[in-house]
Amino acid sequence: MSIIQIETLSIAILVAITCSLPGTFLVLRQMSMMADAISHTILLGIILGFFIVHDVNHPLLIIGAALIGVVTVFITELLNKIDLIKEDASIGLTFPFLFSIAIVLISYYARNAHIGVHAVLLGEIVFAPFNRLMINGIDFGPKALYIMGTILIINLVYIIVFYKELKIVTFDKGLAAVLGISPVIIHYSFMSIVSITCVGAFDTVGSILVIALIIGPPATAYLLTNNLKVMIGLSALFGSISATVGYAIALWLDSSIAGCIAAVIGFVFIVTFILAPKKGLLSTQLQRHSKKLEFSRLALLIHIINHGDSKEEKEECSLNSIHNHLHWNKSFLERIIDSAKRDNYIFVDKDILKITEKGKSYAVNYHQNILDRISVDN
Amino acid sequence: MLSLYELFANDYTLRVVALGSAILSIISGALGTYAVLRKQSLLGDAVSHAAFPGICLVFLLTGLKNTESFLFGAFISGWIAAILIRTCVNNTPIKLDSALGIILSSFFGVGLIIITYIQKIPNSNQAGLDKFIFGQASTLLIEDIKIMTLLGAAAVFIVIVFWKEFKLFCFDKEFGNTMGFPIKVLDILLTTTIVIAIIIGLQTVGVILMSVMLVAPATAARQWTDKLWLMMIIASVFGAISGVSGTIISSLAKNIPTGPMIVIIISMITFISIIFAPKNGLLWKNIRRPLKTDSNIRLKGGS
Repeated sequence: MSIIQIETLSIAILVAITCSLPGTFLVLRQMSMMADAISHTILLGIILGFFIVHDVNHPLLIIGAALIGVVTVFITELLNKIDLIKEDASIGLTFPFLFSIAIVLISYYARNAHIGVHAVLLGEIVFAPFNRLMINGIDFGPKALYIMGTILIINLVYIIVFYKELKIVTFDKGLAAVLGISPVIIHYSFMSIVSITCVGAFDTVGSILVIALIIGPPATAYLLTNNLKVMIGLSALFGSISATVGYAIALWLDSSIAGCIAAVIGFVFIVTFILAPKKGLLSTQLQRHSKKLEFSRLALLIHIINHGDSKEEKEECSLNSIHNHLHWNKSFLERIIDSAKRDNYIFVDKDILKITEKGKSYAVNYHQNILDRISVDN
Repeated sequence: MLSLYELFANDYTLRVVALGSAILSIISGALGTYAVLRKQSLLGDAVSHAAFPGICLVFLLTGLKNTESFLFGAFISGWIAAILIRTCVNNTPIKLDSALGIILSSFFGVGLIIITYIQKIPNSNQAGLDKFIFGQASTLLIEDIKIMTLLGAAAVFIVIVFWKEFKLFCFDKEFGNTMGFPIKVLDILLTTTIVIAIIIGLQTVGVILMSVMLVAPATAARQWTDKLWLMMIIASVFGAISGVSGTIISSLAKNIPTGPMIVIIISMITFISIIFAPKNGLLWKNIRRPLKTDSNIRLKGGS
């Protein structure tokens, strides 16, 4: 690996870790798409900043971008307060509007200004190492490393200082209000952190990768843990691994780095989504399946208890007609009967299903447990 | 008004583009109504980004550059994305917003990989793929409009045929389920029609702005009425107005792209509706609210 490649990789990993910190809270607060919104609208901030200073590299552009990010949050909140507009609609209204203004302004006034919409949106991290920090002619390495390093420190300090407040506001707004923590202050300060992160990362890696890095690793981590601190750690880990693997693939294919990292993040998410031990697709399907069998078996037992030893037993509990009363199809019924027989809960006597003592006590206990649980809950 | 007429009469391209924008806006207005009511406003954003790799892949495999094949590729990958999002939300604790964000960015990432690969193939004329990212209404041809109309008519037809079912599904899913309606099938069918509406608009307004064409007309219409059918019609009318006027404005002024102009106009219509609509508008609510509290106080004082 050349020096430039090592620098590019370290920038990518740094961006990944920086994004995963606010990303965790965004995902938990169900506001992931705000990252999408902000990473688009900051284009308007850059354009407006450009009109003031007429210099593409001026720091004011970055400040303008971060401010527009907060303005986006503010407008979204404003629309949210209106009864008939749901949160998703207010995001969907705000950012394309601001983004369109930016594009119209670019195409009308700034045709020759080298602010290519392409470059800004799809931003290539390839160029990041060539923008170097020079002081008195000495090369201190790529600027992006210093910018993202600073933002990482800001994020870390913010999250460590306000960890308790963020946690309470994220999980229990009511409690937060009772404890005197202002959700508004936490919300806006946190969204400013998100906005700064988006702007810094967007400048380096482009908006698509920003969205992928902010949302992907935390959502993957969310599938694996219920512990907030573990989730933050896991998402930083997933982010860095995806960045490394994505970068390696991009070098191998000689392809878009942002594209490869985003694709790897998506791949890691989908694999975790299918295989995650407790919350994954496979395990939830298995759980649902076994719950369904368990419940159906219980329903069969209770049906037999209700109708056993009565006049209508012959009709209600006969092997030939019971499916009409339970409204099950025959193959499902057979599976349930076989499974109940195997556990010695029922037996067949002249084509009529009878319940055993074991089955009776199982059903009654199960029923009692449910009743107990309900009374505890109340 | 005469000059406007002359403008249309003399400019064939303008007529075609205006017609295309109008059709796209009408259809996305109608289908957007369901997206907004189901709180899936941002589905448009995700699906339109997710359509990108499909467009690139079809071009890579076939080398064709006609609208049918692009729309086909867009539909397939957009539909896969929508189904993935649905599976994700229904089966795991992952919320809709996260699912949308991940699918959006990773599909688009795959698209970027394919397009960089295409750009490296010598002699492959990849110009034209870009128009789907940012939208270039001026490249609309009359053939494109025929395809858009056909697809849009199919989507609207499905909505009309399944009117009762979709309505029930949107407003009271549990009740529909107990009534024995196949909720899963209806969900997939409705999502599919929304995906069709989204891909129709890609060529005109592009990936990023397509989402607002679903959200804005429906949100604006919601302020004016509480009836589903009326909301759909108003949304389509608002869509058509913004489509046509956006096209005209961008053709009158130099260097103003059509897609973003349409979006700005429909957003303006929405903001105006939010403020001024009778009954639900902010203005009327604020005028009425003090009156209400006044009478409350009077009642309390009197008793």
